[in-house]
Amino acid sequence: MPELDAVDRRLIDQLQGGFPLVPEPYAAAAARLGLGETELLERLERLLSTRVLTRFGPMYQIERIGGAFTLAALAVPEDRYEAVAAAVNALPQVAHNYRREHALNMWFVLATETPAGILEAIARIEQATGLKVRNFPKAREYFVEMKLPVRP
Amino acid sequence: MIDAIDRALIVATQDGLPLTPRPYHAVAERLGVAPEEVMRRLTAMLDSGVIRRIGAVPNHYAIGWTANGMTVWDVPDEAIDQIGPAVGALDFVTHCYRRPRALPEWPYNLFAMVHGGTREEVRDKAKVIAALLGEHCRGHDILFSSRILKKSGLRI
Repeated sequence: MPELDAVDRRLIDQLQGGFPLVPEPYAAAAARLGLGETELLERLERLLSTRVLTRFGPMYQIERIGGAFTLAALAVPEDRYEAVAAAVNALPQVAHNYRREHALNMWFVLATETPAGILEAIARIEQATGLKVRNFPKAREYFVEMKLPVRP
Repeated sequence: MIDAIDRALIVATQDGLPLTPRPYHAVAERLGVAPEEVMRRLTAMLDSGVIRRIGAVPNHYAIGWTANGMTVWDVPDEAIDQIGPAVGALDFVTHCYRRPRALPEWPYNLFAMVHGGTREEVRDKAKVIAALLGEHCRGHDILFSSRILKKSGLRI
């Protein structure tokens, strides 16, 4: 795991939201953190290139623009795991994919521009892998808050 | 619904903002619109909830949350909508949803994502959920993640 110093930690904790919508937002955000603009940009470049950050920018909620999300799972035979992971990940509709310890050992989130796109993506995965996709669309959202602080 | 310019703006920024002093100007130039319009449209999408937030998206593993358990629970249908929000309100739950069961092999209808520094910590947090559910918990499991296979986020 890449080493994080105190400034990195503060930056990650305080910049998970609220990035300003002004002409020079990095300068404004840097000032709030007590940093210079160039230092903030250099740190963000490093945190992105070392994969501490997966992204820096807007996080879109596709359902608000008529799209759909679902959580889906596969029971993948171990000897085919890598090939199936590659086939699933090849679809741009697959936003996240995790290996989990269970008979259903591959869990992924599909995000599509239309609700019909979910079923199309599932059909394509079933065709590409020969495996049955279990679809777990949300019936109710009780809570979503993806911000986590850097652990001490 | 969104128009063609909003859609182009989403496509231009879903991978992230340019790391240059004037990122909205850079996006505006690519789209052929005024920088003020880019900022105005992003503000509108943030206000309407199309954008959840703008900022850093950390890899949970890299910031110390190395144990991730999807805790799943079998809760009676008549009780779940009452108790689901209370599970979601626990400070260590990052996502909480009601989802359909896939009987017979999958009896679980409440999904709560729990993060910790160790698996033991995640199991302890699951015990807190179990205590909260009390008699409404008819069964549960914890699916630990052992590898991130992909984490690109939304791509339209």
